[in-house]
Amino acid sequence: MLSLESITNSIHAWLNNTFNPTLALLLEFVIVGTCAIGLFTVLGLVLVLMERKVSAYMQIRLGPNRVGYGGSMQTLADTLKLAVKEGLTPDGADKFLFNLAPFIVIIISMLILAPIPFAKGFQIWDMNIGVLYVSAVSSVSVIGILMAGWASNNKYSLLGAMRSGAQIVSYELSAGLSILSIIVLTGSLKISDIIASQENGWWIFKGHIPAVIAFVIFIIAVTAETNRAPFDLAEAESELTAGFHTEYSGMKFALFFLAEYVNIFIACSLGAILFLGGWMPLHIGNWSGFNHIMDFIPSSIWFISKVFFLIFVIMWFRWTFPRLRVDQLLNLEWKYLLPISMFNLLLMTLVAIMGWHF
Amino acid sequence: MYRETQILKAVPSNIANDFDDNNEMIINVGPQHPSTHGVLHLVITLSGETIKNVEPHLGYIHRSIEKMCESLSYRQFIYVTSRMDYLSSHINNHGCALCVEKGLQIEVPARAKVIRVLMDELTRLASHQLWWGAMAMDVGALTPFFHAFRERETINDIMEETCGARLTMNYMVPGGVMVDLHPNFQTKTKEFIALFKSKIDEYDELVTGNIIFQNRMKDVGVLSKEDAISYGCTGPTARASSVSCDIRKLYPYEVYNQLQFDEVIETGGDCYSRYLVRMREMRQSLSIVEQLIDNIPEGEFQAKTKAVLKLPKGEFYSRIETARGEFGVYIISEGATTPYRIKFRSPGFSNLSALNHMAKGYKIGDLVAIMGSLDLVIPDIDR
Amino acid sequence: MSNEELKIKLSELFPSAVFEEGGEWLTFLVEPTNWKTIAQQLRSSNDFDYLFCVTGVDWKTHLTMVYHLTSTTHRHTLVIKSKLDRNNPEIETVSDIWRTAEFHEREAYDLFGVKFLNHPDLRRLFMTDDWKGWPLRKDYEDPINMIKL
Repeated sequence: MLSLESITNSIHAWLNNTFNPTLALLLEFVIVGTCAIGLFTVLGLVLVLMERKVSAYMQIRLGPNRVGYGGSMQTLADTLKLAVKEGLTPDGADKFLFNLAPFIVIIISMLILAPIPFAKGFQIWDMNIGVLYVSAVSSVSVIGILMAGWASNNKYSLLGAMRSGAQIVSYELSAGLSILSIIVLTGSLKISDIIASQENGWWIFKGHIPAVIAFVIFIIAVTAETNRAPFDLAEAESELTAGFHTEYSGMKFALFFLAEYVNIFIACSLGAILFLGGWMPLHIGNWSGFNHIMDFIPSSIWFISKVFFLIFVIMWFRWTFPRLRVDQLLNLEWKYLLPISMFNLLLMTLVAIMGWHF
Repeated sequence: MYRETQILKAVPSNIANDFDDNNEMIINVGPQHPSTHGVLHLVITLSGETIKNVEPHLGYIHRSIEKMCESLSYRQFIYVTSRMDYLSSHINNHGCALCVEKGLQIEVPARAKVIRVLMDELTRLASHQLWWGAMAMDVGALTPFFHAFRERETINDIMEETCGARLTMNYMVPGGVMVDLHPNFQTKTKEFIALFKSKIDEYDELVTGNIIFQNRMKDVGVLSKEDAISYGCTGPTARASSVSCDIRKLYPYEVYNQLQFDEVIETGGDCYSRYLVRMREMRQSLSIVEQLIDNIPEGEFQAKTKAVLKLPKGEFYSRIETARGEFGVYIISEGATTPYRIKFRSPGFSNLSALNHMAKGYKIGDLVAIMGSLDLVIPDIDR
Repeated sequence: MSNEELKIKLSELFPSAVFEEGGEWLTFLVEPTNWKTIAQQLRSSNDFDYLFCVTGVDWKTHLTMVYHLTSTTHRHTLVIKSKLDRNNPEIETVSDIWRTAEFHEREAYDLFGVKFLNHPDLRRLFMTDDWKGWPLRKDYEDPINMIKL
C-alpha cells in the first residue's frame, strides 16, 4: 500500500544515491521547509474557512458562499486582500519591535510543527524530548504577543498583551501537568514512543478516569493558551476592540491570524497524539476483525480526522460560550484546574505504579 | 478634569507618559468601540484592570431635537422623535401623541387605543430581543445575536406591512394611528406569538443558564434601591433594584388598566437582575399581545381632528413606558401651531448617569456587561 | 395625595409659598435663593425622592428652571418653577440631594447657560467645550447648523 512513509523513504533514498550526503541533507531541509510553509498556508486557509462555516452553522447563517464552490476560495481571496493592503505602523510605535512581533509569533508556531507526526513515519523530526519541546516552544509565543502589545503604543493593545501574558503563563501549568500524566504512563517524551504505546488502545480509554480528567483539563488549558473564546481575553472584542493586534493591518495582521489557527492545530494535534493515539487506528481489545478493518484506513486520515474533531470542539466552545472575566479566568486556573490536575497527576502516578491501566 | 482638547493632545504621546502619579491609566472607550452601541464616549480611569472612574462624554449624535421641534407643527414634530430611541420609535411617537391629545383633549377611538398598545408591546418585544442579542455579545457570546435577530425579523415584517417601515415607523398620530391595520396583521401576529413562545425558552437555554454568563452577570454593577431612585433610573434598570416604576401600572394610559399583566420586579440590583427583568418582561409583553390580538374592537382608527392643531396656552406633560424606561414629553404651548418649548425626558439619559456609580471598582469586562445591561441607545441619550 | 391636600401641606411647611394654578400637577414657585433649603425640606419631610425631569425654559425676558418631583412612596407629583435673571442665571444645585440632577443640570447649563452654584462638575455636556452660545435660548443664532423653516 502506498503510504506517506514509503514516499518519504524513497525520496530520501533517491537523494542519498544521487547526491553526496551533505547535499542530500541540505536538499531535504529545503523540501521540508517548503512543505512546512505550504502546510502552514493550507492549514490557515482551511481552518479559517472551517471556522466561518462552523460559526455560520451555529448562527443559522450560510457563511461564505460566493467565491469558489460553496465559498471554498473565500479565505484565499481574503488573504489576497490582506496581502495587498498597506501594513501601517503607528507613529508612536516602537517600530523595530512592532514589525518583529508577528514574525516571532509565526516562527514559533512553525517551529512546533517539527515533532508532529502527520502519519505513520511521517514526521519532520522525531526528537527524544518531543512533548517537552512542544510545550517549551509554545510558551515562547507569549513574548511575541507582549512585544506586539507593548510596541503598538496603544492602551488597548497593552491591556490585551498583559492579559494574554498572565493567561498563557498560568494555563501552561495545567496543560503541562495534564501532558505529564500521560508521560507517566508512557515513560517516554518521544512522540513516536507515545503513539506506539497506544497500539492496543488510546490512552483516553486505557487510562481510566484520570486520563479523562487530564484530557478535559488539557482541552480547557489549550483553549486558553491559544487565546480562543471563552478565554479570548487578549483580544476580547467587546472590551478591547482587538486586543494586542489592534494596530496591526495587512499582512502583519494576517500573520497573527494565521499563527492563531496554526496554534490551534498544533494544540489539537498534541491532544490527539497524547490522548487519542495520534495516527493509530481505533483498536478495540481483541476484536481482530474490527481492528483489521480499521487498519485499512490510512494513518494520515486517522490523524487528520482526530485533530479536526478536536478543532471542531474548540470552535464549538467559541460560538457557544460567553467570555470569562480576567479575574475569573485566573481563579479558574489557580483555584480549580491547577489543584485538580496536580491531584490527577498523583492519581495517575498511582495508576501507573500499580499497573491499573490496561 | 479631562477635556476634549486634552484628548486630542494625548494621541501622539508615549503610552508610558499617560500614567499619572497613582499609576492610573486614562483610556478612551469610544466613540468608536464595539460595545458602546453607538457613539458613546467614555473616559475611564483604570488602575490595572480596575475601574476608578467612568466619565461619559456625550453629544456625538446630538441633533438638538428639542430645538428642531420648536419650529415644527404638532403633527410634524412626532416624526422627529422616532429618531431618538430608534429601537422603540413607536413608543416615542405614542408618548408625543399622548401629550398632544392631552392638550387638545382628543378622545382616541377604542380601536386606535388597542392598536397602539399592540404596537407598543411588539416594539418592546423587538427592542428586548435586540438587547438580548447585544447583551450576550457584550459578554462574549456571539451566537445569540443572530438568534435574536431571527425573531426580531418577524416583528419587523409585521410592522412593515402595517406601518410601511421597519425601524422608524411614524405610525402614531394625534388622535389615533395613521392607517388601519393590514388584513394580515392578526394572522401574522398569532404566528409570531406561537413561534416566539418556543423561542424564548430557547433563549433561556442558550444564555440564561450558562454558568459563565451567570458568573459574569451576578453581583456586577450593583445598584441599590435608594441609588436607583436618586439617579432617576427607570424601566428595567430601576425595577431590577426593586423600585416599582412601571408607568403602565402606576399611571395607566390607553387600555393598560384593563389588561392582565404583572410589573416585573427583581431585588438583586445587579446585571443579572436587570437581565432577568427584561427576560420576564418579554413574556409579559407576549401575554399582553395575546390578550389583545383577538379583541381589537371595530370602528374608527383615528379621531377626527382639525387639519392644523393648536394647543391651548399651557403646559402638558405625558409619561410613557418605553423599552428602556420612562419617557416624558413636556410641551409648553403659547397657543401657536408650534410648541414654544418641548422637552423630552429620555430614560437612557438618567440611566447612564448611574453608570459611574455602578462601574466603580469593577473590571473593564464588567463595565461592558453593565453597559449592556443598561440597554443604552445613544441617540436617545444625546437627542 | 391629591393636589389640594399637597397644597395645604406645603402651605403649612412654607407659609410664604406661591402656587401657580392650572396644569396637571401642583406648581410651586420658588425664589432661586431659597431653592436649596426648600429642596432639602421637600426631600426629607415629604418624601419627594425622585426627580424625574429638570429643564429650562427661555421666556425671552427671563429664564425658568422647571423641576418635576415625585414620591415613590406616596405617588404625588410636584412641579417646581424658579424664575432666573436672563443675563446672569444662577441657582443652587440640587445634585447632592437627587444625584440625577448632576447630569440634568449639566444639560441645562449646556443648552441654557444656567449656572448651578456648587455643582461638582459643571461644564458642557452635549456641545464641545469651546462652543459659543446657549443653543436652546430663543435668540440663539447659528448660521451653519440651524435651518429656519
